[in-house]
Amino acid sequence: MKFVDEYRDAARAEECARAIARGVTRPWTLMEICGGQTHAIVRFGIDELLPPAITLVHGPGCPVCVTPLELIDKAIAIASRPEVTFCSFGDMLRVPGSRRDLLTVKAKGGDVRIVYSPLDAVKLARARPERQVVFFAVGFETTAPANAHAVVQAHAEGLRNFSLLVSHVLVPPAMEAILGSPSNRVQGFLTAGHVCMVMGYADYEPLAARYHVPMVVTGFEPLDLLQGIHLCLNQLETGRADVENAYGRTVRREGNPTARALLQRVFRVVDRKWRGVGLIPQSGWGLREEFAAYDAEQRFGVADYATDESTECLSGLVLQGVKKPPECPAFGTRCTPDHPLGATMVSNEGACAAYYRYRRRSV
Amino acid sequence: MPDCPEFALHCPLPIADHEVVQMAHGGGGRLMQQLLERVFFRAFDDPAPGERHDGARLEVGGVRLAFTTDSYVVRPLFFPGGDIGSLAVNGTVNDLAMCGARPRWLSAGFIIEEGLPIATLERVAASMRLAAAAAGVALVTGDTKVVDKGKGDGLFINTAGLGVIEHEQVIAPCSVRPGDAVLVSGDLGRHGMAIMSVREGLEFEGTITSDCAPMQGLVQALLGGGVAVHCLRDLTRGGLAAALNEIAGAGGVSIHIREAAVPVEETVRGACEILGMDPLYVANEGRLVAFVAAEDAPRALALLREQPEGAGAALIGSVGNEPPGLVTLESVIGVKRVLDLLSGEQLPRIC
Repeated sequence: MKFVDEYRDAARAEECARAIARGVTRPWTLMEICGGQTHAIVRFGIDELLPPAITLVHGPGCPVCVTPLELIDKAIAIASRPEVTFCSFGDMLRVPGSRRDLLTVKAKGGDVRIVYSPLDAVKLARARPERQVVFFAVGFETTAPANAHAVVQAHAEGLRNFSLLVSHVLVPPAMEAILGSPSNRVQGFLTAGHVCMVMGYADYEPLAARYHVPMVVTGFEPLDLLQGIHLCLNQLETGRADVENAYGRTVRREGNPTARALLQRVFRVVDRKWRGVGLIPQSGWGLREEFAAYDAEQRFGVADYATDESTECLSGLVLQGVKKPPECPAFGTRCTPDHPLGATMVSNEGACAAYYRYRRRSV
Repeated sequence: MPDCPEFALHCPLPIADHEVVQMAHGGGGRLMQQLLERVFFRAFDDPAPGERHDGARLEVGGVRLAFTTDSYVVRPLFFPGGDIGSLAVNGTVNDLAMCGARPRWLSAGFIIEEGLPIATLERVAASMRLAAAAAGVALVTGDTKVVDKGKGDGLFINTAGLGVIEHEQVIAPCSVRPGDAVLVSGDLGRHGMAIMSVREGLEFEGTITSDCAPMQGLVQALLGGGVAVHCLRDLTRGGLAAALNEIAGAGGVSIHIREAAVPVEETVRGACEILGMDPLYVANEGRLVAFVAAEDAPRALALLREQPEGAGAALIGSVGNEPPGLVTLESVIGVKRVLDLLSGEQLPRIC
């Protein structure tokens, strides 16, 4: 398949892995930000092609993993209301709240639907004016433009029965939180290619300079990942700390100006709680005052919900790259995808789930 | 970061056992296995793990029979490459064929929702007649029930089938031996992605057509050609990955496949890439995996490829000893990893 096969070529991957091995003189720890990258690394076995001196730790870029418990509880409360049609991307439905998940709400008769785009939810709202249609707007900068577009569209059509439950989070504040933590062990970053496709990578430049950490904009296919790792290690070996773009076929420095303008119009930067991590100031997006009428938290009176999370598992340490999944004593025993103890085991793109699926038994 | 010198670590609480049935209990993954073990194997006679199969093998007066049943609940009722009628015939025909039987007789039960157009039923019945003729089976008995509007999804069909076993081979996981070759009869993932694209209104370049087809011709070709067939499985719910895991577990063997050797059509691959799904877990309705003696593999492949339903057959891997129950896969870039059973259904990802 074009644009896929050429980036999965076994001979070129091996060649790239050899070039990496030749250039490495001492141990380095890199973090890939995005859950999609984590999944690809473990699925294709990229880490096993690298010299043992290189450690890849897995970052917080899994939207399902970092959506806080209280937001899931808000979603469940809203979805349980008889007048509500609750729309979500598929993988949010399995995430446990305090007591149950959205799939259980559906099994008990709630109108919970999987959609593929927030515009499908707008369409539903248009077709069913008697229903309150709510879209669960989770994700990083990648999913935000479509959600912003949905709000603008609903606003233009005067749809009064559409709203968003917003839980958008931003990558740069999370990277800064990791870099500023005393337990940080990350020496170089592979930044999330698709986030940079929307936002560009100029925002990372002051961060790379301040913490003297190289950052490479990286894609998702095996050769993309190896190329990103190679450039990042080259910088570390030569003492540089620049922002480089290894995903030039998709990403420009300024990002996508149309999408950014739309985001600017609809959202404002707010403090956000991250599941497994805690509150990170100025790390998310909420709806601007102009679009407050589309805020499901206000509409359904759940804005004041607060849920305390237990402190049993290591997902916070996994999400900041301090621990790897198999280092958790519950991994694969008390904690599995059927009975997740932590958010990182819930989502397909969570680091624990990826390790469970591909590495549970050594081969 | 200045205001946040250390992370405050949190963790969500574990979710309790599901007290009500979830969609994932029907998805062919681990939850379905749990449901079978917790409810049905406990209540009914539990087949020995090595005997668990797509159908039961019975003997009456010296005649050996295979007996199976399956219910069909597909939305939409008509999809590219088939409809609920052809699916209901081919699915049961294929379950019999996987027991190594020649399918002979089918029953059909229809649960019809009030309000369904008669013309729809006529189309479905006509499609079943054609499918039965193509598979060489007779529809010999049936039943209809009508339920209130809103109490069914248009139309559900149950079919049961009887077939005759005309050979001495034991085609079951317990016959699988280390060294056996693993073959698939064609490209994977078409049925699941065809249904998904029409159900959800997703448009891809080119229409994805279901692979819905009867497979008794493939099985008869292998048996007639003298191939030592050790196990067969149709790759329905849970796809290839579920079938391999079941057989490895039930047969007490390990299975290793090469990802690059598994045929997947371009459009299906593209759709799977976009939605974050793995074709190895996607349902098929006209594809089987065959475990045959290693020395018979080239002949088996040639025999499959002579049949129209087997034109895309491929050798994808082999059976080993250790560790029992483990399925592994060599990724396209040459690294070996586990190919596990999914927990529940594959859900499209966020981004």
